[in-house]
Amino acid sequence: MNTPANLKYTKSDEWFDPATGKAGITDYAQGQLSDIVFVEILVEAGETIEAGKPIASVESVKASAEIYAPAGGKVAAVNKGLADKPELINSDPYGEAWMIQLEGATAGDLMDAAAYEKYCAERAH
Amino acid sequence: MTYIPISPKERDAMLATIGVQSLDELFDDVPAKHRFPKLDLPPALTEMEALDELSGLAQANENVRSDLISFLGAGMYNHYIPSVVDHILRRGEFYTAYTPYQPEISQGTLQAIFEYQSLMCALTGMEVSNASHYDGATAAAEAVNMAFAQFRGKRRKVVVAPTVHPQYRAVIRTYTQGMDLQLAGDDQFPITDYQPSDLPSLVDDNTCLVIVQYPDFFGRVYDYTKLVEAAHAKGALVCIVANPTALALFKTPASMGADIVVGDGQPLGIPMWYGGPSVGFFTTRKQYVHKMAGRLVGETVDSKGQRSYVLTLTAREQHIKRERATSNICTNQGLIALGTAVYLSLLGKKGLRQVAELCYQKAHYAAAQLSKIEGMGLCFSEPFFHEFALCVNRPVEEVNAHLLEHGILGGYDLGQDYPALKDHMLIAVTEMNTKEDIDTLVEVLSEVSHD
Amino acid sequence: MIDVSTSLNASAPDQTKVKIVEPTIFELSSSGRVGVTMPASDVPETALPPEHLLRPDLPLPELAEVDVVRHYMHLSSFNYSVDTGFYPLGSCTMKYNPKINEDTCRLPGFLYTHPLQPIETVQGNLALMYQLQEWLKEISGFAGVTLQPAAGAHGEFTGVLIMRAYHKSRGDHKRVKMLIPDSAHGTNPASSGMMGLQVVQIPSDSRGNVDLKALEAACDDTVVGMMLTNPNTLGLFDENIEKVIELVHGCGGLMYGDGANLNALLGIVRPGDLGFDVMHFNLHKTFAVPHGGGGPGSGPVGVAAHLVDFLPEPLVGIIEEGEDDLPPLYGFVKPAKTIGRMKAFHGHFGGGLVRAFTYIAMHGPDGLKDIAQYAVLNANYLQARLRSTYRIPYDRTCMHEFVAEGRFEGSDVRALDIAKRLMDYNFHPPTNYFPLIVHEALMIEPTETENKDTLDAFADALIKIAEEAKTQPELVKSAPHTTKFGRMDEVKAARELVLCCWLPENFSDQ
Repeated sequence: MNTPANLKYTKSDEWFDPATGKAGITDYAQGQLSDIVFVEILVEAGETIEAGKPIASVESVKASAEIYAPAGGKVAAVNKGLADKPELINSDPYGEAWMIQLEGATAGDLMDAAAYEKYCAERAH
Repeated sequence: MTYIPISPKERDAMLATIGVQSLDELFDDVPAKHRFPKLDLPPALTEMEALDELSGLAQANENVRSDLISFLGAGMYNHYIPSVVDHILRRGEFYTAYTPYQPEISQGTLQAIFEYQSLMCALTGMEVSNASHYDGATAAAEAVNMAFAQFRGKRRKVVVAPTVHPQYRAVIRTYTQGMDLQLAGDDQFPITDYQPSDLPSLVDDNTCLVIVQYPDFFGRVYDYTKLVEAAHAKGALVCIVANPTALALFKTPASMGADIVVGDGQPLGIPMWYGGPSVGFFTTRKQYVHKMAGRLVGETVDSKGQRSYVLTLTAREQHIKRERATSNICTNQGLIALGTAVYLSLLGKKGLRQVAELCYQKAHYAAAQLSKIEGMGLCFSEPFFHEFALCVNRPVEEVNAHLLEHGILGGYDLGQDYPALKDHMLIAVTEMNTKEDIDTLVEVLSEVSHD
Repeated sequence: MIDVSTSLNASAPDQTKVKIVEPTIFELSSSGRVGVTMPASDVPETALPPEHLLRPDLPLPELAEVDVVRHYMHLSSFNYSVDTGFYPLGSCTMKYNPKINEDTCRLPGFLYTHPLQPIETVQGNLALMYQLQEWLKEISGFAGVTLQPAAGAHGEFTGVLIMRAYHKSRGDHKRVKMLIPDSAHGTNPASSGMMGLQVVQIPSDSRGNVDLKALEAACDDTVVGMMLTNPNTLGLFDENIEKVIELVHGCGGLMYGDGANLNALLGIVRPGDLGFDVMHFNLHKTFAVPHGGGGPGSGPVGVAAHLVDFLPEPLVGIIEEGEDDLPPLYGFVKPAKTIGRMKAFHGHFGGGLVRAFTYIAMHGPDGLKDIAQYAVLNANYLQARLRSTYRIPYDRTCMHEFVAEGRFEGSDVRALDIAKRLMDYNFHPPTNYFPLIVHEALMIEPTETENKDTLDAFADALIKIAEEAKTQPELVKSAPHTTKFGRMDEVKAARELVLCCWLPENFSDQ
């Protein structure tokens, strides 16, 4: 499981990059969902959103999940190309499969990589 | 009579294995005061007696094969069903199987549904068909659900033409009553003057879907291309409710730009069966497939490298998505969909066109003859397929009672749904009606007009 | 029993070329073949409408009758079915479908009647529907029944609409929550979601009952009601059912019964007597209407007296009482505060109602009770035979089905593998991965129409598979081996989305 140290994490398995404002779902989450076949981003650039608001909906071969905003702020950009290549979420969850980019967002009560890894390990049992 | 294959001796051995003395003991969790109620039902019949009883009920009806000549349509049509269709539907391997959750041992059902989907796409010209809905009316209601979901609830108005089947409009009203959705169009125009070109005036930026019928409820055939363009210009989707037999003759809804094409598959080899079960087909464009409700079969390969089929995109559906699903539907009309596939395979390219042309020819002959009767006349002048509205200038109920005395099932009384069309009946003619049938109808109706 | 271990050595498939077992109906087409000939027109010809209204071609296949028959016969041979073997699919009640029902539902008087015929000409149909409404009321203890819903999920939707309409009619507009146990079918929350209701999940306690503390905490004046399957999807009759209903009623909510598992209750207890307000029947489960490879089903809904006015329109009623030898005149009636129409026409009359009517008529009150008793006997017998091999997480007397765990200490064989391996022993697998509250669930519902030999053979197979899971796990994990088709590539299907074999270019020149 890949958990980059520069990112922050939520309990619902989203990541947030305080440096760029980008957000997406974690490597752990994509592994649990398995092969992702559909993604729909539910917010648009220019919207102001609160942390915890649904930002995307993801469906895999066997499961579906709602993705929540890891932080609040103004949506500067959404990854429009992701809808055509949902499999990127499996292959590159922290890179090409970013979902939204926030502007002026502050990461509140998020976990660091070590805490998130521990949290994932606990759930495995 | 029961179908339980366990002898008393076997039962006792099984109870011993379980560790109880009697069958009744298995129900100790059921509150004692309500346990083992005495049901007031008639005593069991043997198979012989049951067949006798059911035959009596069936014979208490007047049916359109042996008792009546039918000119009744209005959403359900009397067509010829080739013998093969029911022979296939009676295969236990098809009708006693469940939903094909285990594809390794359900390829029969899966390939048949895949072919059904393909045949529906061929008929409508659309790119994607699901495995079917309950009937045409619920398929139309599911079109509303899909359009609503496509815009994520941001557009909350649906425009429905007043010439969509009245029962379909009623079902759409029922389905949407918890959705905080505005339904417009079905009672805003004087019906005798209504034209599809009236509809765009109601379509706005809040409209997610426009629904029209093809041919419309009065049998009229319109090219909806301009209406579709007008709706698209406002960003709304368009659903065309189509009669599948008509699609063998008339241009496809896809060629008019429709986003969703639904309809009732009963005319395709399914008996009228007093209204059901039939099958609601639902087709759309590939871009909307993730918002479409219902089962969907896709092609794949198995571990032996063989082409095979599976239920796919199942994460859209209720058993995974639960309250976030577009619809709660979990069945399709599997066996009925199979029936339509067998019918379409048999009739094929030439046969279905022939059926459609026979309907067209006979309906037009009937219309021409009937409109010659003094005091009667066609209500509309637009091109029509196999149904038309006839003004009979007196209560339809009276006219139909007279027809019934002569063994004729008359047309649908349009005044029930459209007060302005009081004294108008909707007459349907199919390949099942001979010239003689039609001439008899004309003759008996002429008598009525002279009464 | 079949020894299939050798098939593991079969040569690996050639992934470069996809083999076609049965061509599609389009691939079988050959230009000029005719399957059915229609009579020539006997009326003077009318010109067709202008060209711009017509379609240029009709891209349907062309086959002879024998081609069509052989094709669908081949396909039928690829199916497992109740007529060919044991189908213990939990929650689906795959009982034997009596053959006489296939004959009665095809009597010409039923097949060839139009739903809009004058009622005087369809008194047989209406009498049957009226009688079936009465019988279902008596079996379930409800005051009113609609036969209109087309399937179980459609019945659920009907029931939820009725519950909502009831509260609204009382001016009670703040009720927005539906309570649903964590063991529920997905249709329950989906039906509520379609109504814009908020779903509140209620956990189960350690005995598989509704957790009363959690339920009590959730019950307030914003609750529309609760949707409960009883016996639940663990196959257990809720030991506190009366208390559960009391709590829901106590906060002004209504109690919805999911009738999926009614087979266990026929002649045992009537949901209406327990205090349920609404329930749907699954005629395709409980009353032996065949499942048809996924439908059509039939999902009538029963309601208690205070909800009768909200039923969908129309119901079948008596329009004129009969006298002496004269039968009553049956017709349609509209409930005073009806929620409206759920589908066109009158429900699945031919496919559902006639078959269920035949089935109930042939069972009578004692026969119906036998059904439930033997369904419960068979399930408990299988549970007893499997208990020492498979963990039963909620182990007590079950009703018509039970849930075992399809996993073993120290083995990575999963429920899915066990399910697939059962096919090699010529059994249909049980439902797996449901209910969601059991890990690696195997949900087994034998039904009453299986004999002891079949149950024993099935138990033996499951015990043998448990052994194989320890000794030859690869054999189980790569199953099935003896079926015509192997495991499917579901990712390919979802990624490539080939949903239609109609290729327009194949027809453009014809």
